[in-house]
Parts: sequence; C-alpha cells; structure tokens
Amino acid sequence: MNILLALFWSFFKIGLFTFGGGYAMIPIIEREIIDKRGWIEKKDFLELLTLAQSAPGPIALNSSVFVGYKIRGYSGALAAILGVIIPSFVIIIIVATFFADIRTNPVVDAAFKGMRPAVVALIIAPIAGLVKGMKWWMLALAAVIAVVVWYFGFSPIYLLLASAAIGIVYTVITTRIAKNNGK
Amino acid sequence: MILLELFVSYLKIGFFGFGGGYGMLSLIQHEVVVQHQWLTSAEFSDIVAISQITPGPIAINSATYIGYTVAGFWGSLVATFAVCMPALTLMILLTRFFLKLRNNPYVHNTIEAMKPAVIGLIISAALLLMFPATKEEANFIDAWSWILFAGCLAGSHFKVNPILMIVLSAVAGIVIYYVF
Repeated sequence: MNILLALFWSFFKIGLFTFGGGYAMIPIIEREIIDKRGWIEKKDFLELLTLAQSAPGPIALNSSVFVGYKIRGYSGALAAILGVIIPSFVIIIIVATFFADIRTNPVVDAAFKGMRPAVVALIIAPIAGLVKGMKWWMLALAAVIAVVVWYFGFSPIYLLLASAAIGIVYTVITTRIAKNNGK
Repeated sequence: MILLELFVSYLKIGFFGFGGGYGMLSLIQHEVVVQHQWLTSAEFSDIVAISQITPGPIAINSATYIGYTVAGFWGSLVATFAVCMPALTLMILLTRFFLKLRNNPYVHNTIEAMKPAVIGLIISAALLLMFPATKEEANFIDAWSWILFAGCLAGSHFKVNPILMIVLSAVAGIVIYYVF
C-alpha cells in the first residue's frame, strides 16, 4: 500500500477509536505505530511523547505530525494530520446538526443536567496525578494562576507567557551564578 | 466578521494550548465563553460532555462544534483548520530541532516553568464551570449535582472508564430530573 495512504489510514483509525482524547490515545498510538507498522522504534516513542506533550496543541495531533514527518516529510505530516482530524470532524458535524433539534427535548435536557457535574469532575481528576512530585512553590504558583484566570478573568495566554519568562530569567540567573563560581 | 474572529480565536487556542486537551480547556473557555460569549458556561460543559463521548481530541471536537454553532459548516471548517495550523507547523519545526534543543537549559527550564501554569489553568477551567457568572449558566443546580460530581471524582480515583461515567451520569440525570 502507498505509504501516504497507510499513514492516513493508521491515523484515521487512531482518530476514530480514541475517546477522551490526549492521554487515552497514547497506548493506541503505540500499538498502531510501533507494534503493527514498525514506523518508529520504541526509544523514539519516548521522544515523541516528550515532544507531543511539551509542544502546544492536542497530543494526538502533535503525534500524527511527528510520525508523518519522520516517515515521509511534509506530505507525510499532512496525510497523518488529516487522518486524525477527519473522523472527529465528520462525527461532530453530524452531532451538531441533530443536537440543535433534540436539545430542548426534556429527556435530553435531563441527561445533560446529569452530565455537567460529571464533566467538571473529569476535568479535576487528573490534577492529583499531575501535581505529584511538585515543589510547594510550584503548587502555590498553580493556585495563584487558577484564581487570576478564574476570578479576575485574565487571559490564560498572559500567564503562560509569564511562566515561560520566569523559566528564562531563572536560567539566565543560574547560569550567571554558575559562571561566576567557575572563575 | 465572524469567520475571521473564529479563525483568530482558534489560532490562539492552537498556538498557546499547552498541556494537551484539558490544559486547552481554559483557553477555549476564555475565548468562547468569557471573551466572545458565543456560548454560555452550561453550553460549554455540554460540548465538553459531547467531546468526551465522541472520539477524537477535545480541541478538534470543540473547534468543529463551536464553529458550527456560531457560523455553520464554514465556521466549523475555519475553526478546525485554525486550531490545527500551529500544531502542524510547530511540530515540523520541533521534530527537526527540538531533540538537539531538549538538553538546552533555557528550553528545559521554560517547559518546567510552564507546568504549574498548565495545572493552574485546568483548575481555573473547573472553577469557572463550578461558579459561573450568572445563575442561568449554572452547571451545579442542586444537591444531586454535587453527589454526581463526588461520585465521578471517586470513580476517577478507582480508574473507572470516563466514558462509562459520562453515560451513567446521563442516565442518572434522566432518572433524577425527568422520571421523578
């Protein structure tokens, strides 16, 4: 099979069968890309994960670009990203078309009243795992950022930029100190 | 020009969407609910719920859905395209250069410094859903809401499948708010 078509098809399946997004997709990507196709090696997969999680954007999308580009350059990246997008796109268009009509149905309305608190719980749940091993000042920073965005309505973008700036300033200072000590 | 606004909003979401799906929620919420008021807080959680029970990344699902509700088919196409653009271009650049840069202290520390920010943003997304600006937007309407919330938190702790929890909450919602 043509490699571009194979890339498209593999990521089409990844897009179609992964529910819940992000981290739920990792084992499925692993099985499809490493075990079945052998497109990248196991040690490269760790690189892929670091990269896909550090870069902005959905992890599944980032992974598709990484694998596609490694195998077949720009056209490979395009084939893979289209594969991962098309299933969600088509399914959501179908849902959106019908949802407007059934939204006011009392049974559907009741179901959504039940789902809303569940959604909030699912958003909060992964935090326990994410904060593991974090220092107290990092937790304090997270709490301050949460309040600033939630209560004061600051754009999350400013806080991400500020955090990045802190990282850079910290590096400048520590490398200066290290240099001075070296002298 | 609504299509242009959608494009710019989702381009920002794609470009600054660190921390994957949930990390992006706060950004999406800020653009869509707080800034442009395309959706209410309750409608926003409905979309998150729909994204959970349909396949695909939450950022793509929400872009397609919100684009569609705001400006029809072209809206969904523009928003989805915009949210993917940064991932496509940045990842190609990063695939070529990041592996050499990864051990660079600037890159490493910047990424480390952004981790607490991403966690703070996830918490703020949840807080905005729990305590929205107006009563009409409330996601928590009575004691049952809090019981379902606590149940799902416990379920997550014991690694219950999230889709199953969403479906069970929908069933519970029908029983509580429709049958009785």
